[in-house]
Amino acid sequence: MANENTNINTNADTETLSEDVLVVRDLKKYFPTAKNFFGKPLGFVKAVDGVSFTIKRGTTMGLVGESGCGKSTTGRTLLRLQEKTSGEVLFNGIDIFELKKEELRKLRPKIQIVFQDPFSSLSPRIPVGEIIGEAVREHGIVPPEEYDDYITRIMKACGLQEYHKDRYPHEFSGGQRQRICIARALALNPEFIVCDEPVSALDVSIQAQIINLLKELQEQFGLTYLFISHDLSVVEHISDTVGVMYLGNMVEYAETGELYANPLHPYTKALFSAIPIPDPDAQMNRIILEGSIPSPANPPSGCKFHTRCSECMEMCKYCQPEYREITPGHFTACHLFNTPEMNAKFEAESKAAADKEKADEKDKVGR
Amino acid sequence: MAKKSSYISNRETAKITRRNRQITRRLEKERKRKNVPESVYKTKMKDNNNVVEFDNVCSYFFTDIGVVKAVDGISFEVPKCSTVGIVGESGCGKSVTSLSLMQLLQRPSGQTVGGEIRLNIDGDGDAINIVKTPTSVMQNIRGNKMSMIFQEPMTSLNPVFRIGEQVNEVIKLHNPEMSKEDIKSRTLEMLELVGIANKEGVYEMFPHELSGGMRQRVMIAIALACRPSLIIADEPTTALDVTIQAQILDLLKGLKEKVNSSIMLITHDLGVVANMADYVVVMYAGRVIEKGTTRDIFSNPCHPYTIGLMKSKPVVGKKVDELYNIPGSVPNPVNMPDYCYFRDRCEYTCDKCRNKEAGFGNYPPEIKISDTHVVSCYRFYDEGQVMGYPNPVNVEDL
Repeated sequence: MANENTNINTNADTETLSEDVLVVRDLKKYFPTAKNFFGKPLGFVKAVDGVSFTIKRGTTMGLVGESGCGKSTTGRTLLRLQEKTSGEVLFNGIDIFELKKEELRKLRPKIQIVFQDPFSSLSPRIPVGEIIGEAVREHGIVPPEEYDDYITRIMKACGLQEYHKDRYPHEFSGGQRQRICIARALALNPEFIVCDEPVSALDVSIQAQIINLLKELQEQFGLTYLFISHDLSVVEHISDTVGVMYLGNMVEYAETGELYANPLHPYTKALFSAIPIPDPDAQMNRIILEGSIPSPANPPSGCKFHTRCSECMEMCKYCQPEYREITPGHFTACHLFNTPEMNAKFEAESKAAADKEKADEKDKVGR
Repeated sequence: MAKKSSYISNRETAKITRRNRQITRRLEKERKRKNVPESVYKTKMKDNNNVVEFDNVCSYFFTDIGVVKAVDGISFEVPKCSTVGIVGESGCGKSVTSLSLMQLLQRPSGQTVGGEIRLNIDGDGDAINIVKTPTSVMQNIRGNKMSMIFQEPMTSLNPVFRIGEQVNEVIKLHNPEMSKEDIKSRTLEMLELVGIANKEGVYEMFPHELSGGMRQRVMIAIALACRPSLIIADEPTTALDVTIQAQILDLLKGLKEKVNSSIMLITHDLGVVANMADYVVVMYAGRVIEKGTTRDIFSNPCHPYTIGLMKSKPVVGKKVDELYNIPGSVPNPVNMPDYCYFRDRCEYTCDKCRNKEAGFGNYPPEIKISDTHVVSCYRFYDEGQVMGYPNPVNVEDL
């Protein structure tokens, strides 16, 4: 299988390109909630509120967090499946949001996505060969005479048989459908694939097959993945670096080994301690978080996690922590790791804010 | 393209449908009978320390492409005040097992056709056989003696009624003599029990005002409202986040001690089972392939499928280069083979799995390898004590 497919990836000039495939700087995506009579939005859901990260060529970045924390919105926005609110996304040094329609169309094959639900992301009326091949023909990835062979090769690489070409999606099981989705993304010869919870809808044993397939394809074609998932054990297995998101913000980012061995942010710690370990004798030191994730339409002030944090301080309630590098390669946004100067600054700020709040309250009572 | 093996002509479909209709009509008639004498469904428990005993239960679905044997001769017990975890992949019959127990199978196509499910009703060893119980009697048992927590808290609450009303309803139905005030105070007590701090507020709320975790708490409150002796939790945390899952599991664990009931926990997450359960039942393709205490299953998995399942799940802190995956897929449920269902995917096949001449090669019997550990695999045929073969109902006899 391996030798046969080596020529699919025609990115011969990959070495000349920079090491960073994707650079995301302060990406924001707000969704308007209600609009007034003139169509002016009255409020926003801050789904993604200033996220920055870099993905190196040939590596996998995991993105974890609870549902509603903006993982999927990040994935979709950085492919420009929806417009950003602010920030920038550089793919191989090109700002995706600056591109004109025609230029973006040319770039599309390079950036692909695999969706969560393999049951709703395949058209039930199109045979599998056409699902995989449609975009290949549209983009002219291979000359027309090689088209059939090419599709067969791609399908084989993803563990599908040639005779599956004429079948329809309903004839396949969940795992095989996910293979079709992966084949569809892979057929366009991409450099970067966003995997948006590709294994959440699958059974444990099928999950293993798909994860192994993704890893295999990465080695074969030198792909770069953004792997979005809420399953921390899967993310640990597949990723090189991991980012943890909470309410639209990145709270921690580090290499996988470092993050799992030495989580800094209280949220990350709680998240890891909540993973059920399949061993009845395992000693569990669960940090059980109180309550549930606050609404992103009305996030708490200061550090967004302070309402559920066990180590909440006074300044956490008023000042947003700075997202910075604590040890080389390990970023986090938490007041616990402030330098003394920063502490002094934030303390002063929070005191001022607290005083102001008190004054406001008095004002209200006075009236 | 070659003719598909699963292809069925119109004529065949019509024939199957006609036959199914005959069978289901007769079974339905029996179920709808009025004035059923108690002797039909009253039995005795085999062991009074059990809450429920499943004895060779068969639940089949009569579909237009043939009979799907979703649960095919399973036997296990749920002891008092303990948690039994049922594990398996989707489609292995976990949920059908629990639905058979509640008599909630989608009728008329889904029917429990054989075996006995004995539910301990008063603790003196008197039991009723759920399989034979008519619907009118069942209504007094459901929600009262046993109740169920469903997978999706989003869809299992009624969106047009307030939370308070929905909890009240259960209590009112099973305790018609209670006054309105008593019912309300009981409801509030239940809401407090499941860890809802703002109980008065939540009482007046509609389901859409609550988050997923809170809704699941309300579901648990409804399930506990009549203090049942058995709670069936059908994937209670699958739709929830990890942190919320930890909260709910913690709650269930605490509640079990408080209200003195058994839990039947259905899940596909081995981690959840390891933390919660005292006993584990592993199912594959409608049959129980291995059962034992949690320690038996996790420290000494014996069936090749259980071993594969454990290996294919990545575990935090354990680094492996490649995850193990079980080759092949589950056999077609309409047309099950007559040998071990796992043989074609198995890495450990031995002589006995295939040797028809020597009297083996059929579906393996249940083999007891320790006091608590039972496995269905020929590899232990010589070591353990043979308990008996599963005894499915022959569809032709119905």
